[in-house]
Amino acid sequence: MSFDLLVLACLVYVAFLFAVAFLVERRAERGAAGWLRSPLVYTLSLSIYCTAWTFYGAVGYAARSGLEFLTIYLGPTLVFVGWWVILRKLVRIGRRHRVTSIADLISSRFGKSNLLGVIATLIAVVAATPYIALQLQSVTLSFGAFASDRPQGWMLSDQGAVAIWVAAGLALFTILFGTRNLDAKEQHHGIVTAIAVEAVVKLVALVLVGIYVVWGLAGGVGPMIDRIAASPVSDWQLMPGRWAGLILLSAAAVITLPRMFQVMVVENVEERHLAVAGWAFPAYLLAMSLFIVPIAVMGLERLPDTTNPDMFVLTLPLAEGAEWLSMLAFLGGFSSATSMVIVESIALATMVSNHIVMPLWLRFRPENAVSGDVRRLVLLSRRLSIVAVLALGLLYYRLSGGSAALAAMGLIAFAGVAQLLPAMLGGIVWRGATRAGAAAGMVVGFLVWAYALLLPSIGQGGMMVEAILANGPLGLDWLRPQSLFGVEGMDPLLHALFWSLSLNFAAFLGVSLVTFPSPVERVQSAAFVNVFDTDGAGPEGWARIGAAPEDLLMMARRILGEDEALAFFEEGARAQGKEGYLPDPTPTFLATLERRLAGSVGAATAHAMLSQIAGGAAVTVEDLMKVAGEAAQIMEYSAQLEAKSEELSRTARQLREANEKLTRLSEQKDAFLGQISHELRTPMTSIRAFSEILSEGEMPPADVVRYGRIIHEEAIRLTRLLDDLLDLSVLESGSVQLNLGLANLSALIDRAIASASNTRPDRNFTVIRDLAAENLFVRTDPDRLVQVLINLVSNARKYCAAEEPELRITVRQRRGRVTVDFVDNGTGIPEDKQSLIFEKFARLSDGSKAGGAGLGLAICREVMTNLGGSIHYLPWQGGTGFRITLPLQLRRDQAA
Amino acid sequence: MPGRRSSPLFLARASYRRRRLIDAARLLPAAGAFLFLLPVLWAPSDLPAGTGRDTAMDGLYLFAVWALLILAAGLMAPGLSADPPADDPEAARAPGQPDDR
Repeated sequence: MSFDLLVLACLVYVAFLFAVAFLVERRAERGAAGWLRSPLVYTLSLSIYCTAWTFYGAVGYAARSGLEFLTIYLGPTLVFVGWWVILRKLVRIGRRHRVTSIADLISSRFGKSNLLGVIATLIAVVAATPYIALQLQSVTLSFGAFASDRPQGWMLSDQGAVAIWVAAGLALFTILFGTRNLDAKEQHHGIVTAIAVEAVVKLVALVLVGIYVVWGLAGGVGPMIDRIAASPVSDWQLMPGRWAGLILLSAAAVITLPRMFQVMVVENVEERHLAVAGWAFPAYLLAMSLFIVPIAVMGLERLPDTTNPDMFVLTLPLAEGAEWLSMLAFLGGFSSATSMVIVESIALATMVSNHIVMPLWLRFRPENAVSGDVRRLVLLSRRLSIVAVLALGLLYYRLSGGSAALAAMGLIAFAGVAQLLPAMLGGIVWRGATRAGAAAGMVVGFLVWAYALLLPSIGQGGMMVEAILANGPLGLDWLRPQSLFGVEGMDPLLHALFWSLSLNFAAFLGVSLVTFPSPVERVQSAAFVNVFDTDGAGPEGWARIGAAPEDLLMMARRILGEDEALAFFEEGARAQGKEGYLPDPTPTFLATLERRLAGSVGAATAHAMLSQIAGGAAVTVEDLMKVAGEAAQIMEYSAQLEAKSEELSRTARQLREANEKLTRLSEQKDAFLGQISHELRTPMTSIRAFSEILSEGEMPPADVVRYGRIIHEEAIRLTRLLDDLLDLSVLESGSVQLNLGLANLSALIDRAIASASNTRPDRNFTVIRDLAAENLFVRTDPDRLVQVLINLVSNARKYCAAEEPELRITVRQRRGRVTVDFVDNGTGIPEDKQSLIFEKFARLSDGSKAGGAGLGLAICREVMTNLGGSIHYLPWQGGTGFRITLPLQLRRDQAA
Repeated sequence: MPGRRSSPLFLARASYRRRRLIDAARLLPAAGAFLFLLPVLWAPSDLPAGTGRDTAMDGLYLFAVWALLILAAGLMAPGLSADPPADDPEAARAPGQPDDR
């Protein structure tokens, strides 16, 4: 099989995955995810646990150490069949607090401490390095397996070059896949589905190879068992320490690995899926492990001693001439490696950007922190992090010589991430755990791990490292990395695991016991440990602060994006019983906003940004202590009272607003009656006067014509006024007849601009449009819609006070609804008038200038309601902005 | 039967079953860990290689325990993911409660 063919197969496969992810994301955007959010996809995505280590390395592991490879799958099995104990709580906490990564969980639990976020991120990144190197090595080896020394084969000139190409390709792929956009919940439906597909590919490949080996080569189950008994695989020694230690280690790793946390907690769409995954994921692991020993046995039996046992899955079918099977196995291994690298680097990039880049940026550019383009910065930092993470993996691959057994490299990574376990597990079950304890535990555990396990693995052959390994640093014998404190003869992995985890636990528990948590920590500890007891929105740290809603909206727009932020604020305002886009900054609203922002930039950063706007001292100690008081009953009672009083104040606010509106409306109505009688009287008076003059006769014909024309024009003005009133009453009564039809939005806007051009034709008026976005067909009543569009355009022409007036028309389509924004560069509408402009007879300036009766926007609103849509004033656009929303397809029953 | 207190001393049948189901769910990983660690007992490593132990049989034992755990977890999953019956006896009589007997 030629090198070109292999590369082509990889590229086609990757393109296929990309297409899957893309289509799914498109569907999810339209809100039609359907079966994609099923427990099946969730379970399959969890199989990200099985990387190239499982696919290739497990066979090598079995060939070297017999059944010990099973420990790596028995640990996760125990964790998952016991999902009720730990995972359920993790997922609930993750969803409730919108946790974005494991570092975010730890930072958030211990008082939104950024220090802990940084430590956890560093541990995760460093520990992932051998793991990513493992994937690079396996893909490189699998290319090499095809480049055999057979005459028709091809030589792989430089393994290092292949590794570099693989790393670069994966980085590019991950960036394309994972950082296309910034989701508020940090969920990637497309990637999850692509990973589910890869899970199926690797399972099918491994099982087919296994079936081929057992029934094709060995001749059935009975002969296979005999061969296993006769094979050198059976000579393995079960070492009790390693057996138990590795089960514990893999159980710890399955909940602390960044990518497992990502798919298990962050990408979880429904808690119930966990119940299915509780048995289905162990079943997947079992199916993956079932044929490992037979493949190892047959590989040792049939292949020459020089063959790397890590590649048996590939080389065994290849040597037996089953080329198609080896191709499938190659793709299976490729799947395992790519899916791991993609998710791992996305998870790590999220951590790095949320816990390292963003806080640094906030610190060094505090004056612009609220107004800068945060989204672009976040995406850029994630892309760079992905490249950096892969570069680190490549570096480790080079340093370790690319020759270590895959499983050995994976175990180093497992022991590294397991250092997060005490802080994480202690944090969710023990309220007494403190920030200082967590920091001490993680730092101690990480240092011991790096010293006793990582250093020996990369430093083999280096003079310094060799000397330290043999005699200890500075000749201190009891500090030798592989026999700390004089413990001799222990298995190096077990030695490092034992010391790092026990010192980690000891430091965590000891320091926690003697330190006192800060108020924020105590609030968070109650919220995390008792996550099942409280159904409320969690602690409200934002008591009585003076943040202006405009500032909050401005910041939220930078992070969440225009539409998301407006929708969120509108929802918040509606929950408070207000209309428009600016809710009062109540503690509840701020807490919700913080959690929403935390979904994008992490808890610590979100907290810091809100604090900045709220003027630093956002949370007073008394406020927090009140909430965090030990007497849970009092808390609950006061929470009930608070809820009641909040409800009362909400009702009162609604009443007050209604009252204000009524009063203003009544004043308006009085004013209008005066206005309308004036409007009616002026033409009537002139009609009467001129018709009297005409009826006297004896006039020059020229005057007769002139007076006749005046009477005619005045009558037309009257008719138009009456038409408008009539139109409005028909629309309001809902008995309007709609003529539904397909129309191109762009053409409609053309019509509107053309019709409105005779309004103040003397002005040089610029219209900025995006023709590509406008080019979409809507099913609606085109004439009615044009009526609204004309009104908005001519309003802009009439009232825009800028020197060089311009109007920007933006069209967006989202979930079956179309929004059209009209924003000009004028002065905008004062806040106190915003709620009145859609009322009948409302006019901001004096009537003579406007030349209408103030019915235009009221008619617009009624038309949009009849078309199943709405019209709103858009605040804070740097001018007057209106947004109309309408359904892409208006059905008869939708029409109001 | 219990009187009408805010938190009853005894539970209705459905609630009782569910509590025991949760106990079983908590017990399952512990039982699994015990069974997975059993080979340590009967495979002392000081015996000479190739005597007294059979890798294929050890493997079959481990896979059998594994399959049993999956089966047990699969049987418990529907009951655990159902909505819990309210703890007071009145609400517990509502239909559709998990009852694994």
